[in-house]
Amino acid sequence: MNRIRVLTAGAQTTVQDLGRFGWAHFGVSASGAADELALRAGNLLVGNAENAAALEMTLVGGAFEFEDDAVIALAGSDFGAGLPLWTPIAIQAGGAVRCGPTRSGARCYLCVRGGLAVPRTMGSASTHVATGVGGRALRMGDVLPVGDGAVRQPRRAAAPPPFPRDAVLRTTRGPQAEWFGEELYRGTWTVSEESNRMGLRLRGEPIPSPAGHMLTEGVALGAVQAPPDGQPIILFVEQQTTGGYPKPANVISADFWRLGQLRPRAPVAFESVTIEQALDALRASERWLHSL
Amino acid sequence: MLVTFGEEISAAAHIAVRGLTAALAGSRGVLNLHPAFASVLVEFDPRRHTHAGMEALVRSAIEDATEREPPPSRLIEIPVRYGGEFGPDLDDVARHRDLTPRRVVELHAGAEYEVYFVGFSTCFPYLAGLPAELATPRLAAPRRLVAAGSVAIAGAQAGVYPLASPGGWRIIGRTPLSLFDPAGEPPPLLRMGDRVRFVPLEEGAR
Repeated sequence: MNRIRVLTAGAQTTVQDLGRFGWAHFGVSASGAADELALRAGNLLVGNAENAAALEMTLVGGAFEFEDDAVIALAGSDFGAGLPLWTPIAIQAGGAVRCGPTRSGARCYLCVRGGLAVPRTMGSASTHVATGVGGRALRMGDVLPVGDGAVRQPRRAAAPPPFPRDAVLRTTRGPQAEWFGEELYRGTWTVSEESNRMGLRLRGEPIPSPAGHMLTEGVALGAVQAPPDGQPIILFVEQQTTGGYPKPANVISADFWRLGQLRPRAPVAFESVTIEQALDALRASERWLHSL
Repeated sequence: MLVTFGEEISAAAHIAVRGLTAALAGSRGVLNLHPAFASVLVEFDPRRHTHAGMEALVRSAIEDATEREPPPSRLIEIPVRYGGEFGPDLDDVARHRDLTPRRVVELHAGAEYEVYFVGFSTCFPYLAGLPAELATPRLAAPRRLVAAGSVAIAGAQAGVYPLASPGGWRIIGRTPLSLFDPAGEPPPLLRMGDRVRFVPLEEGAR
């Protein structure tokens, strides 16, 4: 069995698949790849199922040595590995992939043909960093076995996803949208350094606090919460499962991957769309994935 | 899709929430269910269900749930060491309510609670049934770290912190039981609908 040795771990490198679903009623959120589109594409390119476990690197990548021959793909942002992105690449036994600081967005995925053969917790290999469900962030010296779960031949090199990478996140109306004016959509926001996989904290001209009182209720991935200080928080993959802050908006599913590529200090704006537009955008990203 | 059963915390809303959660669990295309006091957030895969299709599924699940007997609820006993280093806010709660710390423990351990839902952070049980005499507001500023197993009060709610985490609830004791093991598989110790009693452990008891 091939194995990958972690030579350096980078800023926060974790094992991720598409997430741990079906446990939110026990307070366990899904976790999973922060840029789901990149993970799915990288897996398809090396001939894996979309949900295969791979490495997610954040802001600063690590270096990884392969004991045996391997086929990998890097997907997401350019972490300076000197290898083409969105392309199946043969790595020879003893070879290494060395990533560094990002040159574009926040995350880069290293997918390996066969997938990472790590134990699953509650049906998923995903690391939930905040609670330790599914393991922890990788450290120097960790060794990861590679599985034999490939399901088809590797694909040809692909072009990067043909979707806008600008700062505008598309949203539909949140459960308390009528409590708010247009303030969320007027300003430009900045992603705070305190952001993590639980939530993206934004800084900007505060949204006025609404008067309504609400009970704690379930909250979804991509929900835009407005706490009393008026600085929005976008709930992310390691989100809390319930919350008591009102929500003016929800980021659309087709833009979840863009949340995973937002770096600290990145500018963000919001654009309101209809559910039909949101579904069209989702169909467009599915078409691109199926074209790989 | 957010399904609400009124805007108040009530036993009727809780029964409806519990019924819908049980009826929808494991449905095809339903990714996650987020029950709360009077609502269930149904997270579904928009590639498998339309919004209209999901709404129809939810409506028929609500009908099924009202016809079905609720699953039998279990009684779980939770041993607690009250006060001192395990319950740093016990004396404050007593002062706030003009009770002795001993009386706070008697009231807290004398009541039967029900897990209304499990949510927020991993496996945090929201318990209904706190005696009204014990209702105490949250701390003005949350603690940076609350120990795992801390038994706590916030307003009219009771709870137990399953993992060490930040938190603003008043801590009156701690249980040596593990509510949740990150390396293990759920279900966790406490589930929606369980009945709960707290049992005081004598000081120094093992």
